[in-house]
Order: sequence, then structure tokens, then C-alpha cells
Amino acid sequence: MVENGEKEQKAHTIVIAVENKSGVLARIAGLFSARGYNIDSLCVSETEDPSISKMTLTVKGDERILEQIYKQLNKLIDVIKVFDLTEGDFIDRELALVKVKTLNAAARQDIMQIASIFRAKVVDIGRQSLTLEVAGKTSKVNAMIEMLKSYGIKEMIKTGKIAMAREFNQKK
Amino acid sequence: MTGAEIMVEALKKEGVDIIFGYPGGVLLPLCDKLYDSGINVILVRHEQGAAHAADGYARSSGRVGVCMATSGPGATNLVTGIATAYMDSVPVVAITGQVATHLIGSDAFQEVDITGITRPITKHNYLIKDVKDITRTVKEAFYIAKSGRPGPVLIDLPVDVQRAEGKFEYPDEIEIRSYKPTYEGHPLQIERAWKAIKEAKRPLFLVGGGVISSGASEHLRNFVEKTGIPVVFTLMGLGSIPGDHPLALGMLGMHGTKYANYAVVESDLLIAVGCRFDDRITGKIETFAPHAKIIHIDIDPSSISKNIVVDIPIVGDAKNILSKLVENAEKLHIEAWVKKIMDWKEKHPLTYEKNGLKPQYIIEKLSGMLPDDAIICTEVGQNQMWTAQYYKFRKPRTLVTSGGLGTMGFGFPAAIGTQVANPDKIVLDIAGDGSIQMNIQELATAVYNKLPVKIIILNNRCLGMVRQWQQLFYKKRYAFTCLEDAEPDFVKLADAYGAIGYRVNSTEEFDKIIPKVLKEKEKPVLVDCWICEEENVFPMVPAGASLDQMLEGLA
Ligand SMILES: Cc1ncc(C[n+]2csc(CCOP(=O)(O)OP(=O)(O)O)c2C)c(N)n1
Ligand SMILES: [Mg+2]
Repeated sequence: MVENGEKEQKAHTIVIAVENKSGVLARIAGLFSARGYNIDSLCVSETEDPSISKMTLTVKGDERILEQIYKQLNKLIDVIKVFDLTEGDFIDRELALVKVKTLNAAARQDIMQIASIFRAKVVDIGRQSLTLEVAGKTSKVNAMIEMLKSYGIKEMIKTGKIAMAREFNQKK
Repeated sequence: MTGAEIMVEALKKEGVDIIFGYPGGVLLPLCDKLYDSGINVILVRHEQGAAHAADGYARSSGRVGVCMATSGPGATNLVTGIATAYMDSVPVVAITGQVATHLIGSDAFQEVDITGITRPITKHNYLIKDVKDITRTVKEAFYIAKSGRPGPVLIDLPVDVQRAEGKFEYPDEIEIRSYKPTYEGHPLQIERAWKAIKEAKRPLFLVGGGVISSGASEHLRNFVEKTGIPVVFTLMGLGSIPGDHPLALGMLGMHGTKYANYAVVESDLLIAVGCRFDDRITGKIETFAPHAKIIHIDIDPSSISKNIVVDIPIVGDAKNILSKLVENAEKLHIEAWVKKIMDWKEKHPLTYEKNGLKPQYIIEKLSGMLPDDAIICTEVGQNQMWTAQYYKFRKPRTLVTSGGLGTMGFGFPAAIGTQVANPDKIVLDIAGDGSIQMNIQELATAVYNKLPVKIIILNNRCLGMVRQWQQLFYKKRYAFTCLEDAEPDFVKLADAYGAIGYRVNSTEEFDKIIPKVLKEKEKPVLVDCWICEEENVFPMVPAGASLDQMLEGLA
């Protein structure tokens, strides 16, 4: 029997605890490409335990695809645990560096004001540009970037999301 | 001790006494230590042969098969064999030589990133960079290969690590924190399953290779006999209970029996054990078992609800779970259902026209005269499907065939590995004239090692299975499938290698020669059977059609 209900594509935030060894990232990336799953963002780093790395991934898919992703990740020998944070309450942050054009003094003023509203920091300044550092939820980071677009963004880079379940209210 | 010596000792600790392999530059330190180690290294003639032989050894014996090759081309030649083992969940450990660690990444002579290449076709793989990691790695590799859902593991061993000095300390146990296969089925799920089985009116077992690899055949048979539930098999599940058992309905799927496919279509409860709902068995997925609730017992959670949504999943070892289910088993009142199936069986048996030398005749004949423990390896194509249809496999591990990958050239080297693991049994390779030419060089291996493998070529002078599709779906345009014009003289070929060769053209000739062939104990024997060229495999569910839409013959 096959499920034929509608398939809702939902964004999921997954954290994977893996052995901190070379080749593990390739295994995970390879799994996603081989099985045709799309990664929207990926962030990898060490944890409090240097033998473990954590990867935060955002992926889109319906429930069945997510279930498969979860199982296939768990099947990799180097994967210690997979958490789908989307099910519970979690904290997530992202950091962006944005270099914006400052064609005149007025623009510069405006941009500084936008920065202060979003609690962004000015981390570099040039004759014709300002570089801002903003951190927070993806939606906030994106909102600021949106605001800055009309001034002309010369260069931008984001870390991708990192996430952690809250102490209470954890589901998975 | 050198790394190579440590490797040899570690392999001994794992009980390895046979390695199928081929040497090369960066494998020399290991080869040198193996030379007088007591481990029997069987020199193949192509590394692909080594991988398939290790695979056949593993499938037929249940032990881990081991193969080795040098770096670069040696390692890449293993790839098809590793992928074949991966697709059918066979425990194989492949050892490859690698260039020295300081050269890795420099495009050195015969360097390839074999751990990168085999990442998607191994259960796990390792590149050992330090001599002190050898023992733990070997221990882990064998453990991973044979536990949980088995699979191939590759160990890449650079030449300088083979030469480095180290100590041999073999761990008694290992603990891999990130790898804990589930063996016990959840008791509540088992209870739900039993309840569903008792309530079902038209229950049916669907049995795959997991039953064989977990050693669950006895339990399955007990359960089937106590309850009276009929059984259909995937290609990999054949032999898990005897093919001539009254409740055995043969293979389902694309070339399944009509009664097996009808049973799936009408069943109201499918008890799937150790199978993965490959497209060759489901046909059109939307209409697969349309009336059935599905219980799925499998050790790999990712197999569950991957292709087919399952109602009652039970993750765990098939043997373990079936032994629990058997405890409650009792006779079910499903007489009407069984009668219906038996009527189908009578009305739609497998048939073929009996004129000339027919492949079906050959298989039936062999099935009738071989002992129950004879092991049949196959190549891929029509030869494989006729074997699956007409041979009654009566014991587990008596069919060695490439199911998932469908690798032509698998059968013969796999038969070599099978014969090595089972020196006292009769081992056959049912071959096609196309497939056998893919690893024919292994005749030298079989002759040298006095392995009396019997090769039965169902010679139709063409790539029959592909030709069948062209005949049915490509307007009889036979693109690149005719071998007739340059078919080698297989008898002379056998002779050239020092094997025995016969050619037969009729049933009488076949009947006459075969007792002599089966008696041969020293040399490989090749029987080139010139079968009727146009014969096709039926029934057939065309790709993408539902299981009950079977073609019976040519329109
Ligand atoms: C390595 C490989 N190449 C190609 C195929 C595709 N293929 C499947 S069956 C087949 C024909 C096999 O011919 P033969 O061995 O003569 O067997 P027959 O079908 O004639 O019995 C081919 C080419 C394959 N399965 N494996
Ligand atoms: Mg052929």
C-alpha cells in the first residue's frame, strides 16, 4: 500500500553528532547527493568533546523523505546521533558578514541606523563601503540583508545555521 | 613486528585462512608476509575475480570473505565486486595496498582515492595511516562486515604503514559507540504482528535474503508449517525453505510465477521478512499488494517504509523475531485461501515448449538429479532467471547469484569461492555465453587450484535477456546483442586452460554427458549447451506494470 496523501515540504533543522575524523563530512555530503536530498545549509564544528563534531543541516522534504534521511544518516558508521530539532523547541543562530556600498554620507547614516536596529556591528569601514556583522535567527539576518539590498551589497557571506535544543521542552 | 606482519596476525585472529588476491607494488610487504603465513592466498587472474570469489565464499558459507589487491588499477578492479557484495549485503573484507602516506594526494604512480571511490558501495571503509591502528581497524572491519545488515568493508593500507614497526596487541572486544545494530524485535510490535496474522484471511509470507543471512530458515519453516501460511520468495530468498515444499510458491516479481504474483495481489496480509521491496519484485509500486496490510521484519531500519509504506514494522534480526513468533504459532483457518492458491498453481504452472534443447529442461534436469546440498551459482540474464524459476533450491545458501547489482561475470569467480569454501560439495555455475566471457580468465585459477567447478553455459549465441527486451519493446531491433559471429569455441577454450570441455546440442547428449560431468573431482568442467536461440523467459511483468499484468509469451 502506498501513501498518496499530499506531501508537505517542510524545512527541517537537523543536528548530527559525528566522530571527529577525516572523511566524515564527505560521507554525509555523499549520502545527500547520492540519494538526491538537497541541503540548504550546512555548518560543521567541534564540540565540547574534541572527539565529536556537530553538523547543523537545514533540509527540505516531506515526512517520508525526512524519515529516510534520518535513517540513512544513522546507518553511517561514524554518525553517533541524529537530532531533528524541528520537532521541539530549539535555539538557532546564524552569522553574516555584509559589505554594503556607501555612495554618500546620507546612505552611510541610513545603513548605520539599520545596523543599530538589527544590533549589527560595524566591523570594517572603507571609503565607499561599510562591513556589518549580524548574528541571530535566520529570519532576522535575512531581514537585514533585505533592507540593505537597495544600497547595493558588494559582498556577503553567511555561516549557515547552527542550532541546539533547549534544556526543557526537548522532544527528540 | 612490521605493519604487514601485524596485518597477517590480525587476519589470523579473525579466523581468516583463505584470501583471494592479486599482487602489485605497494602490496609487496603484505604479500611477502603472507607467503609463508599459513593463510592460503588464491591467486586469481583479475582482481574482479578476487572480489566475486570472496563474495561467493561468504554467501555459500556464512563466513566473511577476504580479497586483496594492489593500489590504483588493482583497487579499481575490485570495485564491481565490492558493489555487488554491497547490494546483496554480503560480508566481505577487501584489503588494498596504497601508496606511501607522504605521497597520498600527489597523484603518485598507481594512486587512487579508493576509500573515496568505494564510499557509497561499502558499509564502511578505512585508510590506515598509522601502524598502531591496524589491529583495531581489522577488528572493527570484520565486526562491521558481519554484524547487523552485513556488507563489504574496505581497508586501504599504505605501503609505508606495512613496513613500519609496531606492536601486536589484538583487542578482545570492541565497542563502536556510533554503531549498535538492533537484534531484538520490539515485543509490542511482535504482539501486534501476531494479532494481525491471526486475524488475516489471506496471509502470505514474502521472504528475502535476510532470512538466509540471519540463519532463520528453520524458524521460518516451523512457523510456516505450524500456521499453514504460503510463501513467495525474492531471488535472494530462494532456498530459505525448500522450493518443493507444498507451501512454497516460487519467486515473485518480474519473472515470478503467476501464482506467486496472483497471491501477492490478492493477499490481505503480507509478512515480509528480510527483503527490501526492490522494483523488480514490486512492479508498479502504487498497485503492489493493493489489499494487504504489511508487516516488515528487517534488521535495517532504513529498509522499512523506504519503497513501500509498512503497517507493522519490526526492526531486528529475522531469526530472533521469527523464533519469538513461532512460540505462539498455531494452525490458521485459511483453507479457502490456500485452496485458491493451489488452484492457481495447477492452472498456471511454469511451462515451456518441449522441442529441442531447452534451457528450462536443462535446469529441471539438474534440479532433479543434484543432491540437496549442491550449490548453484549463476551469471546474469536469462540463465539466471531460468535457474530461479526451474531449480528447486532445497537448502539455504545453495543459490549464489547477484541479485541487486545484476553483475554479469559474477557467477564463475563466485563459484570458485564457493568451491573453496565447500570442497566436498558439487558447485555449478549456470552461465550465459555473454556473461561467462566476462571472467573466463578464472579458468586458470580453477585449474591451478584443482577446483572442479562445473560451468553449464546456456549458449543462445546472444545477450539473451537484452535481446528479449528488444524483441518485446524495441521492435525487434537487435542492437549490439548478437554474439553469434564471433562466438568462441568454448570447448577449445576449456582445453587451452587445461580444463575439460564438452559441447551438447540435444537433450540426449545433455542427459548422456551430465553424470560424467558431475563426477569430476579434480578439474573444472565446462559444458557448452547450444540451446534454442529464441527461447525467452516467461511469465514477465513489463517494467512499470502491475504484478498481475504478466506476459505469457510472444503475442
Ligand atoms: C556487467 C554487466 N553489463 C551489462 C549488463 C546488462 N545485461 C543484463 S543481462 C545481459 C545479457 C546477458 O547475456 P548472457 O550472459 O549470454 O545471458 P543470457 O541472457 O543470454 O542467458 C546484459 C548485457 C549486466 N547485467 N552486467
Ligand atoms: Mg546468452
